[in-house]
Amino acid sequence: MTTLTRESDQHEGPDVLELDRVTIRFAGDSGDGMQLAGTQFTKTSAVLGNDISTFPDIPAEIRAPQGSLPGVSGFQVSFSSHDIYTPGDAPDVLVAMNPAALNTNIGDLPRGGILVVNEDEFTETNLKKAAYGSNPLDDGSLGAYRVFQVPVSTLNARALKDSGLTAVQVDRCKNMFALGLMFWMYSRPLDTTTRWIDEKFGKNQGVAEANKKALRAGYNFGETTEMFATHYHVPKAKLRPGLYRNITGNEATALGVITASKLAGRTLFYGSYPITPASDILHELSRFKRFGVRTFQAEDEIAAVGAAIGASFGGSLGLTGTSGPGLALKSEAIGLAVMVELPLVVIDVQRAGPSTGMPTKTEQADLLQAMFGRNGESPVAIVAPSTPSDCFQMAIEAWRIAIKYRTPVLYLSDGYLGMGSEPWLVPDYTKLPKMDPDFAHDPATFKPYARDPETLARPWAIPGTPDLEHRIGGLEKSDITGNVNYDAANHDKMVHLRAEKIERIANDIPELEAHGDESGDLLVLGWGSTYGVITTAVQRARAKGLKVSSAHLHHLNPLPKNLGDVLKRYDRVLMPEINLGQMRMLVRSRYLVDIIGLNKVSGRPFTISEVEAKITELAA
Amino acid sequence: MVTASRDDNVKVLSRKDFVSDQEVRWCPGCGDYSILAQTQKLMPELGIPRENIVFISGIGCSSRLPYYVDTYGFHSIHGRAPTIASGLKASRPELSVWVVTGDGDALSIGGNHILHVLRRNVDLQIILHNNEIYGLTKGQYSPTSELGKRTKSSPYGTIDRPLHPLSVAIGAEATFVARSIDTDAHHLVSTLDRAYRHKGASFVEVYQNCNIFNDGAFADFAAKEVRADRTISLEHGKPMIFGKERDKGLRFSGAKFEVVTVGENGVTDADLFVHDETREDPSIAFTLSRMEWPEYPVPVGVLRAVQKPTYNDLMDKQIEMAIEAEGEGDLRDLFLEGDTWTVE
Repeated sequence: MTTLTRESDQHEGPDVLELDRVTIRFAGDSGDGMQLAGTQFTKTSAVLGNDISTFPDIPAEIRAPQGSLPGVSGFQVSFSSHDIYTPGDAPDVLVAMNPAALNTNIGDLPRGGILVVNEDEFTETNLKKAAYGSNPLDDGSLGAYRVFQVPVSTLNARALKDSGLTAVQVDRCKNMFALGLMFWMYSRPLDTTTRWIDEKFGKNQGVAEANKKALRAGYNFGETTEMFATHYHVPKAKLRPGLYRNITGNEATALGVITASKLAGRTLFYGSYPITPASDILHELSRFKRFGVRTFQAEDEIAAVGAAIGASFGGSLGLTGTSGPGLALKSEAIGLAVMVELPLVVIDVQRAGPSTGMPTKTEQADLLQAMFGRNGESPVAIVAPSTPSDCFQMAIEAWRIAIKYRTPVLYLSDGYLGMGSEPWLVPDYTKLPKMDPDFAHDPATFKPYARDPETLARPWAIPGTPDLEHRIGGLEKSDITGNVNYDAANHDKMVHLRAEKIERIANDIPELEAHGDESGDLLVLGWGSTYGVITTAVQRARAKGLKVSSAHLHHLNPLPKNLGDVLKRYDRVLMPEINLGQMRMLVRSRYLVDIIGLNKVSGRPFTISEVEAKITELAA
Repeated sequence: MVTASRDDNVKVLSRKDFVSDQEVRWCPGCGDYSILAQTQKLMPELGIPRENIVFISGIGCSSRLPYYVDTYGFHSIHGRAPTIASGLKASRPELSVWVVTGDGDALSIGGNHILHVLRRNVDLQIILHNNEIYGLTKGQYSPTSELGKRTKSSPYGTIDRPLHPLSVAIGAEATFVARSIDTDAHHLVSTLDRAYRHKGASFVEVYQNCNIFNDGAFADFAAKEVRADRTISLEHGKPMIFGKERDKGLRFSGAKFEVVTVGENGVTDADLFVHDETREDPSIAFTLSRMEWPEYPVPVGVLRAVQKPTYNDLMDKQIEMAIEAEGEGDLRDLFLEGDTWTVE
């Protein structure tokens, strides 16, 4: 993927090679500050004008034993001079801070890849903890890689010997040393990180100075040592003009729901119970009291959704957010929201596995739960963002549908989107369309379960409105009056009305657009976070001359009206999913098109080459 | 009598304004009728517009009550009424929010939520209809049924120890805890009134007779003819006196209460314990919540009423303070948090 072009022969010192894309993976013990180093590298690259994409890979244990295999924490960042859609398949560079980090990550480094190791940590004890029988730095097993052995701990300690900090504090700065070295290797300035250190440790001058010193020491080590013959330059990407910031999916989701509340002129109420990987949305929203955001850290998932429903009954935007097992607990209350036909948005940042599964790993396997995981015929609208920055737009879209159709909307993000980041083209708030909650006011015409003829939405009459007093609840409703009703014909009618209401949303969402050719040998259809790999794999296949197109679903229920037509225009359809074929089953059963599945359930996203290989197999 | 300014002509509300058009469907003779009647009687006296009152319930016989009161209402799902009420009150603090629940709804499936709504001190009124049985599901034992009780689901007698609702409430740091009886209309309406006037979460247990599945569960002490001798009506600042002749009382000796008779063994009014519902230390209120007939008269009235900041007030205050300190949220600033860059 990376192409090397010599930029300058006159450059003094080491050669500078120009690359169009680089992927670095920082890996170390969970206490080594790898997430921090990766985040800082990302920020600096974004500010430099590269396109970026990141993939943090965090162990489930808060602090597994130091140096052990389960304790390894990784952060992969890809930066590029052109548009990129994924954090890269394989790293070009692996920074391994200890033997365990090397052991768990080396399998992903391609032959010829750069390996930077902290040789100080390759002690007998650490090698044993990492299940190495012999020292890989000595036994020739790393022969396929360009290995750079750097005594990071020693050099860092030497640089900070006059800092006045304790040995433990000094050792904590070694991630900055490693980061400084990478900054040198990829020609990045230090000032963004220096500023960040000042802000972060401003109150503790000693620590701030030590971190900056370690960062510079790493950079200078790269500059002066003769170990590295080359360093690299990745030019700016040609992104759409405008103002950018780096954003994770969870941050974008939080900004999206706050924006929705402003566009609707209603208070945002977020009921949530902490759960990985959705907690960051709670953390973000809790900071925004100045926007009038009311956050409620509930006693459990059920209370979280119940409180959100209560807030919606009162005319606020009742929002709840969770991850897989939390969604299971919220099911009964979502059914209640279906019955009382109030706006509600339920965020599910999907994670891997049934039950507790693998909390820090990603998966797309809650789709059928979102679709059917309730008793009775209980339809809800479902939307799914496709990239970290798309989370902003889809969060607003979820609220648009919820408010207009008075329905719960499930928003299926996932761990990969939620924790990953990319540049976000900051929108102009004034150009975003307003949303009208359209509360009922008129006692002369109000009936609790009368319906808008077009949308079939019932009126939203909030407490405090004179003469619209009425009662709602989970028992079956009588058409129009909303009174409790067990009549057979009425139940039949209400079930159909609730289903029809969700179906009608299809009139109100964009048609599916195919990218590539209007028809051809193969369509690769995806939803959610597979967007990046599908787009890149299809681009590569097309560059090789294959007649392949891609299309991506952002609305999962109802599906776009033209989906059936789009499917029929291609000889074959491939659907990659991070599950065993849930969306494929839904689309096949509805359109009777024999879609081919590409499925992966390892807790990790697809690589581009996995998707590309399948495309080649089917279309070549 | 109170008024609600619903329109220019000040409208005086009466009990019938709170009677909905729905047919009341409880078994004839059910204690719930009295609780409904006292509630409807109280509403016009609160001095708030009808549209600002909301009744929220879970599942069970008692939880049908919102249908019968002509205010805003929400009959939700089993045990979860406190959650919906919390979300409503925290987002619309100006509303008067009432939670109607039963012993199964509040203490079994909703046990967790009851603890948390009380410790958060959300400004709500929670009325727990306690009939010590499951009525709607036709007669299984409940978490308040006495040990050994024989029901359809416990033909050999229950082996579950019962909960004491008021002890649970006090243990959960409830700021207002009271008890009343369905058949004592005057006491019930005044207790509900007190609950409304308390700022914070008010928890009122009402002994409610289920004449179908658990008839007479409280008759030993609650029947009209014995009530005066077998219950004690708590009054703040007054000595603890009871009995038809007003000659019996409670004396606190060391660690526990004892029943004494004024005029016997040299006992005078001055020896009786003076009830202080505002006592910060919950231990006396807890002791009262454990008193059962026949060892003691059953306490009714307000056991505990202490002032603490409410959850909804604190939430409002945090928002006001954040706006004061950081300025009203501006989306453009929010979008630009952190490092930004411009692509030409």
